[in-house]
Amino acid sequence: MSIKVRYFASLKEKLGRSEDTRIGSEVVSVRQLWRDCVPELSMPANLLAAVNMEYADLDTVVNDGDEVAFFPPITGGQAWR
Amino acid sequence: MAIKIVDEVFDPWLEIQSYQNTAAMTDQFGATCIFIGTMRDFNEGDHVKGMSLEHYPGMTERQLEKIVVEAQSRWPIIDTLLIHRVGDISPNEPIVLVAIWSSHRGDAYDANRFIMEALKSRAPFWKKEVLTSELERWVLKNTDGYKVN
Repeated sequence: MSIKVRYFASLKEKLGRSEDTRIGSEVVSVRQLWRDCVPELSMPANLLAAVNMEYADLDTVVNDGDEVAFFPPITGGQAWR
Repeated sequence: MAIKIVDEVFDPWLEIQSYQNTAAMTDQFGATCIFIGTMRDFNEGDHVKGMSLEHYPGMTERQLEKIVVEAQSRWPIIDTLLIHRVGDISPNEPIVLVAIWSSHRGDAYDANRFIMEALKSRAPFWKKEVLTSELERWVLKNTDGYKVN
């Protein structure tokens, strides 16, 4: 199972990379994906996530071939959720 | 409906005229409501000399289209043109254009405002300001659209 994980804006700068690819056989949630790919940083409280370019809950299950993105609040401020 | 993400300066007035001429809506519309957002040279008490607007290619277009489709389902809109800049932007350059054509002004005003507010909270854009002091900072919060006294 291959999942592309992308990072944007200040999060991308903080991590020093714009994407990761997660290879694995077990089913994972968006939350677990963060833990696997970004072990160096605890999840920010205002983090937003998208699966296949749609806003997604952290409990959303990710499937093979999905693109998952993590990013800070957009244009600033109002979190969409 | 037309939605464009552009990485160069655009002229909103030419875009509106051009779209109106080509979109085959002559004689149908009685109201055109236009919003143009332009980059200020100040924010939160500091002078700003430039801005870099990052976005999520693909998701941005998808979210903008959903917003316009939602507006078109709520108000009887004849047509919509939405243009948004990305990349490096200087003060006085237009950032966003929303133009709505409808039969009556109320629908055009309301749909335009709806699209702008939804865009601000749902479209994945991130602003980074460059101050005249050369300091760079990510913009952390939106204004509510009114002057702060």
